[in-house]
Amino acid sequence: MKYKDYYATLGVARTAGADEIKKAYRKLAQKYHPDVTQDPEGEAKFKEIAEAYQTLKDPEKRAAYDQLGTAHRPGEEFRPPPDWEKQFRERYAGAPGAAPGGGAFSFDDIDLSDLFEGLARGRRGGRGGATLAIPGEDFEVTVHLALEDAFRGTQVDLQLGMPELDPQGVVRHVPKTIKARIPKGATDGQRLRLRGQGGKGFNGGRDGDLYLDIVLHPHALFRPDGHDLYLDLPLAPWEAALGATIEVPTLAGAVNLKIPPGTAAGRKLRLAKKGLPKPGGGEGDLYAIVQIVNPTVLGDRERELFRELAAASRFDPRGHFSGGSHG
Amino acid sequence: MAEQHDVVWLHGEGEIPLAELARMAGLPEEVVRELVEYGALEPAGEDARWCFRAECVTRVRTAARLRNDLELETPALALVLSFLERIQRLEAQVRHLHAQVAPARR
Repeated sequence: MKYKDYYATLGVARTAGADEIKKAYRKLAQKYHPDVTQDPEGEAKFKEIAEAYQTLKDPEKRAAYDQLGTAHRPGEEFRPPPDWEKQFRERYAGAPGAAPGGGAFSFDDIDLSDLFEGLARGRRGGRGGATLAIPGEDFEVTVHLALEDAFRGTQVDLQLGMPELDPQGVVRHVPKTIKARIPKGATDGQRLRLRGQGGKGFNGGRDGDLYLDIVLHPHALFRPDGHDLYLDLPLAPWEAALGATIEVPTLAGAVNLKIPPGTAAGRKLRLAKKGLPKPGGGEGDLYAIVQIVNPTVLGDRERELFRELAAASRFDPRGHFSGGSHG
Repeated sequence: MAEQHDVVWLHGEGEIPLAELARMAGLPEEVVRELVEYGALEPAGEDARWCFRAECVTRVRTAARLRNDLELETPALALVLSFLERIQRLEAQVRHLHAQVAPARR
């Protein structure tokens, strides 16, 4: 079992009073709570803070934690006092799901927070809620998807720490891979609920749900806005001036797009239904935003033609400058 | 593997009754009612059998987390939720504008 320094996590002295611990927790929780923080590490930090607080706010759990002393460094492997193992074994013997005779009990892969939870539950009269239905844990997971996967629908493997009862009836968080199918229709910031895919319920409690928060990876070409997509469409000056039919990439493959003559830079050309599919049916649109791009290096002939054009054209792109309007 | 009907998009469509919404968030129904009173949630149906749009699930689950983790009272909770929503709306606007603006060319 790995040792964690709960006092250091909350930034309080080991002698801190309950009020001080509460205040320290609230201050840190406001800073790192995943719903309010901008810190990408916020969620992980908040989990540590919450775990520390769950143990230190409960006088019994705190007393048990204090028994571990100050000799350990955070992250260091350690063994709890030998009498704890005995206490644990006694409390969990005969628990539902416990192997007859108790079996071999080991603290080895139990998490520190699960340990204190177990001890506290033991003191409250064993697994008194043995016949009480306990619903499974809900999980909320951020899923990063490539745009192509959101377009087609995909399956993702999620690594979750699932609470499970071991043969002694002790809750352990076991790493589990959950395969979650994401139907097409996802876009940035969207949420999905997979019913019953969370933690297993105990004693007939319902299984927990799995909530997925979808985040799309930035794409080299397309920028999503809801289910619409935006694409920069570079055109040569003559394509924009004369009109052209050009090939444009979409997530479903290239399509031909007709550029009307006299197309201005910044113009949005809409390709209906070429965006992301929507969950309820239908599709978003793809907007190609025209950019007019000049060749950076001109060949002799090209330079000659541009000069000829400059001499022949009466086009004044800044005509409005001299319009005299000051409004 | 989840069946088709077990996969629910939490966006505008689909309505959820009050009891189900409270259960999904792990909140007492009373608190969900209070959130409606304070204007943090808007039911879609008649008062007698309140229903909520599916996107409310996200909001109520956020409310439950803030209530448990930050020990907020319902009026403060409603205020925080309204601010969070405003931030989300602004972020969506920024995304919308970003999508239309070409990144700087090298």
